[in-house]
Amino acid sequence: MSSSDRDDPAKRASGLEAAFDEPAFVPYLAAGDPDFESSLEYVEALARGGADVIELGLPFSEPIAEGPTIQRAVARALSSGMTPERYFEFCERLDVDVPLVCMTYYNLIYQYGDEPVRSFVERAAAVGIEGFVVPDLPAEEADLLREACDEFGLDLIFIVAPTTRGERLERIMAQVSGYVYVQARLGVTGARETVSDHTAESLQRIAERGGSAATDVPKAVGFGISSGEQAAAVVEAGADGVIVGSALVDIVAEGDETGRPTDAVAADLEAMARELKEGALAGGQRRPRPERT
Amino acid sequence: MSNSETKFGDYGGQYVPEALMPAIEELTDAYERYVLDNEDGFVDEFRNRLRDFGGRPTPLGRADQLSERYGHEIYLKREDLVHGGAHKLNNALGQVLLAKYMGKERIIAETGAGQHGTATAMAAAHLDVPCEIYMGRRDINRQRPNVFRMRINGAEVNPVDVGRGTLKEAISETMRDWATTVETTHYVIGSVVGPAPFPAMVRDFQSVISEEAREQAIERTGGLPGTVVACAGGGSNTMGAFAEFVDDEGVDLIAVEAGGSALDVDEERGVAPNSASLSIGEEGVLHGARTKLLQDGHGQIMESHSISSGLDYSGVGPELAHLVDVGRVTPATVGDDAALEAFHRLSTDEGIIPALETAHAFGFLEEALGGDDATKLAEPIVVNVSGRGDKDLEAVIEETEARELPNAPTMEVFE
Repeated sequence: MSSSDRDDPAKRASGLEAAFDEPAFVPYLAAGDPDFESSLEYVEALARGGADVIELGLPFSEPIAEGPTIQRAVARALSSGMTPERYFEFCERLDVDVPLVCMTYYNLIYQYGDEPVRSFVERAAAVGIEGFVVPDLPAEEADLLREACDEFGLDLIFIVAPTTRGERLERIMAQVSGYVYVQARLGVTGARETVSDHTAESLQRIAERGGSAATDVPKAVGFGISSGEQAAAVVEAGADGVIVGSALVDIVAEGDETGRPTDAVAADLEAMARELKEGALAGGQRRPRPERT
Repeated sequence: MSNSETKFGDYGGQYVPEALMPAIEELTDAYERYVLDNEDGFVDEFRNRLRDFGGRPTPLGRADQLSERYGHEIYLKREDLVHGGAHKLNNALGQVLLAKYMGKERIIAETGAGQHGTATAMAAAHLDVPCEIYMGRRDINRQRPNVFRMRINGAEVNPVDVGRGTLKEAISETMRDWATTVETTHYVIGSVVGPAPFPAMVRDFQSVISEEAREQAIERTGGLPGTVVACAGGGSNTMGAFAEFVDDEGVDLIAVEAGGSALDVDEERGVAPNSASLSIGEEGVLHGARTKLLQDGHGQIMESHSISSGLDYSGVGPELAHLVDVGRVTPATVGDDAALEAFHRLSTDEGIIPALETAHAFGFLEEALGGDDATKLAEPIVVNVSGRGDKDLEAVIEETEARELPNAPTMEVFE
């Protein structure tokens, strides 16, 4: 099924791994939420607040892995006219010194341009995107995207769920590059009050079954994290980074609903980003020296 | 051990969130063991329950008036007589029973017209498993009698408010529930759509339709039918009616889609005023499978439309898409007006009130055989009467009053 090259993690790009040298903060926003210009400012605010990698959502009409918060963000971005081509313009316009990861659903990647998948990846690489997260693309269906990512030097991030065990986990870890997206709980995205108990357990499982990639590839935990204290707890439990989406999208949504000025919303996002980044760093100090060098 | 099919040509596959993949693997294993290999007598129990609870086999009856009207021998496969009033029970009963064999404690399902929801609610009550149904708000308002039936059978009905509130949104929302509850819950998908093994498994449960029809046709007419006609939304009654005939190359298979109000797409508004994904859709990935879809040039899924909720879907089963590509199944479309006219014709001429979905299949007969430039279809023709129309009466009266149909009765008795 796979060529030996693709099974060799050393042959794969990873511009992203360096972002995890210290405990990393990885925010998500949907590009174009609630409109193109405001969204540019919001993403730049996250970078100022200490983001190490930014997961930038390209909105798809059927976001089956998302909870209500991000579903509404996606709807706002789509109704403001976001398209794949506008998304690439958005990336070009962004003035940030942080690696970008494109988070979207497979049909948009598949439909773009003349060559399914390859055209999209080529264009993404040209605008400076360094990796992909595709929630509806399990490792079984990812050959085409993996090939294109290898060709253009991009990382392909896979999600490891609480239900991912045994051979499945090994297969995913053999394909992943950049970082592993460790899904902290079952279900869909959304901010939660408490951090899931699954986190430590999932990280442990990856360490046991993940092969060489388990030590080489950073592990970022997401789904439900909404405060600096939660970020600290997740990093203390062994994560190399935290992924936060809904808690940030909530700030954008509230700003949109109450008609707040863009710069006030951006300032809140920057403050929230700072809290989460500081939480991640604090969590790193609370734990014994990381095994990764 | 028998292996299940995961792809049909380039179509099918398993495009789902990672959290669901272990459940998909578990289901694949259960499908192979119980359904394909009859482990623990699963298939025997399923057949017995289809007979005792479902009322099978259903008859194949000659449509005397239609045969005379069109000058063709026409037979009706009466899935409207299955318990609950539609073919949907064949699949729902199979999957709820399979969930029990798998030790699952809870059933969830999506529904469009409410026929799959009611069938699942009945099967869950019959087999004593708690059941929750997701249904778009717009469909809830279009299909009130079915909502009452689900509630009366003890199911929870969860309205889905996102998007336009039809089947597409209900499927997405049910997948989200499943991603949360996957360890204890089985998702009874209602059509031959979704990730493998659902398309093959649902087809297998529904193929009892063509298995019976094939035997009955031979018994009644001395041979195979020349043509089999079925309506197609997601395609479960279609694949059920076609499955056992696919290898009989002399039998023409015609899948009739909802042409809605017009057979085009409005890219600007993101709306297709039809549900004709086999006829005008493009290849893409939705709800776990690669198939033919109504989508815009960017790959965003379009809102579909049909007078019948059960056909109102932007995708179609991957196997059906494949059979169309290889030329084994011929797609056709019938619009809202013609379907409504056909609804009244079958009701007054044959004494059978069909579901609006089913009416599309009869609309095709009128368009193919009714005019002066009538084509000839290979005989005898078997039409799958996928469901009865009691659930549609409110909508039919409203839609009929909004149009001038040549053959509709008036409701003046109330004035």
